[in-house]
Amino acid sequence: MNASDFAIDVRGVTKKFGARTVVNDIAMQVRPGEIYGFLGPNGSGKTTFLRMLCGLLTPDGGSGQCLGLDFRRESGEIKKRVGYMTQKFSFYEDLTIEENLDFIARLYSMTERKAAVQKSLERLGMVERRKQLAGTLSGGWKQRLALAACLIHEPQLLLLDEPTAGVDPKARRDFWEEIHKLAADGLTVLITTHYMDEASRCHRLAYIAYGNLLASGTVEEVVKAGGLTTWEISGENLFALADKIRGLPGVEQVVAFGTTLHVSGRDAEKLRASVTPFQTNAHRWEKIESGLEDVFISLMETSKDNFS
Amino acid sequence: MSFSFQRFWAIVVKEFIQMRRDRLTFGMMVGIPMIQLILFGYAINSNPKHLPTAIYAADNSPFSRTLMWGLRNSSYFDLTREAHSAADIRKMLAQGEVQFAVTVPVDFSRKLLRGEKPDLLLEADATDPSAVGFAMAAVNQLATTVINRDLIGPLTKLQASAPPFNLVTHQHYNPESISQYNIVPGLMGVMLTMTMIIITGLAITRERERGTMENLLSTPAHPGEVIVGKIVPYIMVGYVQVALVLLAAKFLFDVPFIGSVPLLVVLTFLFIVANLAVGITFSTIAKNQLQAVQMAFFFFLPSLLLSGYMFPFRGMPGWAQDVGECLPLTHFLRVVRGILLKGNGLAECAPDLWPIALFVAVMLFIGIKRYRQTLD
Repeated sequence: MNASDFAIDVRGVTKKFGARTVVNDIAMQVRPGEIYGFLGPNGSGKTTFLRMLCGLLTPDGGSGQCLGLDFRRESGEIKKRVGYMTQKFSFYEDLTIEENLDFIARLYSMTERKAAVQKSLERLGMVERRKQLAGTLSGGWKQRLALAACLIHEPQLLLLDEPTAGVDPKARRDFWEEIHKLAADGLTVLITTHYMDEASRCHRLAYIAYGNLLASGTVEEVVKAGGLTTWEISGENLFALADKIRGLPGVEQVVAFGTTLHVSGRDAEKLRASVTPFQTNAHRWEKIESGLEDVFISLMETSKDNFS
Repeated sequence: MSFSFQRFWAIVVKEFIQMRRDRLTFGMMVGIPMIQLILFGYAINSNPKHLPTAIYAADNSPFSRTLMWGLRNSSYFDLTREAHSAADIRKMLAQGEVQFAVTVPVDFSRKLLRGEKPDLLLEADATDPSAVGFAMAAVNQLATTVINRDLIGPLTKLQASAPPFNLVTHQHYNPESISQYNIVPGLMGVMLTMTMIIITGLAITRERERGTMENLLSTPAHPGEVIVGKIVPYIMVGYVQVALVLLAAKFLFDVPFIGSVPLLVVLTFLFIVANLAVGITFSTIAKNQLQAVQMAFFFFLPSLLLSGYMFPFRGMPGWAQDVGECLPLTHFLRVVRGILLKGNGLAECAPDLWPIALFVAVMLFIGIKRYRQTLD
């Protein structure tokens, strides 16, 4: 693939707030029509990275292109082709649905403004509620309105900052359905999230913690790169067992998953040596594929050791 | 990126819709000026009359009766109480029952007839100096003439002799010293200062507080379009206020409109812009709406007290006048009063226009510099 074929292709992106480096030398390549998941704990620099991409913040370092435009010098042009959905609902609560859409359409100097607003209302399924104040909408509807407003100028790249926070499962599923449909039509989507099920819906992922990129690739690649060995234990009295196992050499995580317990570590041999004495008939032990969540928690724990 | 009229207009339209929806703020913009106008216009009087006065007439003679009538006719004194001793008087003054007390001593008429120039004591509760000033002046005037009518026949020689020259005074522009003529045009400036600064301060900090600023900046709209788009609607609001004050001045308070109203309307633009510039600068510093309001008051109080609106400008010490000269309200008051009451033209207003223009330049410079910083 040619370098200029990427929708986003940036290197060495760095941002400092005072003495604190919030985003440290991050590189990212996103293909057109791809849903790219951006994961990481709170305060890891995801939002800052998105803001730099759409020109809201000036990066302290880095180079590259976004939609074929220099991402540091041509942010004005990039803004016209990007839809950015903020973490917090940031449309006007004292404007109606239609007025909000109309306002955004005007800001993007759209020639067929009325038609675009009408189309957007129809796609939202809000034609009848167009005169409703945005502030009176429920969380799920607010999120849909925000998405519709980001799409009204037909951007080539969509930046979504935790779009599904605080939204019910049904609305979340509908939302992802919509995102996949948009991506199939060629829209590139960069999305930040905390949810593992959402991460696995992305074509590719990047994991960032404390400003550093720790892993990237497809779900399988990320899991493989994590190099974790995980045992799943089911049976009685798991809580007592967890207490005994935790802290043994080679045991890096002991996490309860409903009625099962996941025990994982990166050193497979050490882990086996430590848990063998507990593998009695009282519990069922099974070696399983590590999940994304296991990998991410492990990444987060290790990065904390390295950077704190 | 060049200035786009379309994006600017988008923000203007949005501001008007929000203004219409926000009933309270809208009420504040139109209702408060009206209430202030009527309240202050009718209530504030720097030339108070009919002040309660006690009289202690130890000498009940035709002269003292004439004196009392004279006092009453001056319309500054209402003889509400009669005292029977000096102690009575002290008590009434202390309790604030009366503003003035007049004591006619026992041997007043006897001494008068003998040509001994007796004392007549006028005591005033001067805790508020401006309340008694005019009345005291009226008494002085009275003293030289009131008794003349009673000094007839052989007493004619006691009449106060005419001073060696005639002092002719002309009170220009407001000969009857009607407070409203001064207060009402001044209120226009005070109202514009208050509402323009608070409302623009709020309009911009609100965007930041609610997170909509982030969204706005991620669109192609650039800071210039946002700022100008947000200012223009409030310029119109400012003119609505100006129209209200002028109408009230004309029809409720009969303030004379000697100069050119169109000239006033044009010059007011500069003053409105000056206040909007302050509001915007404050909003770039304030972190939330509460801070914006606090800062607005921080600016508003000196404007009110040091501009010459409340107290005579020339009565303030030099340093306070210097502070006052920095405030746009000070100069605007001179412009409004000058045009309406004196019939001043552009040439007479010019000395007060350039300080406002300078103020605008400085404020906008700070505001735009600060605005750039807050983007990051």
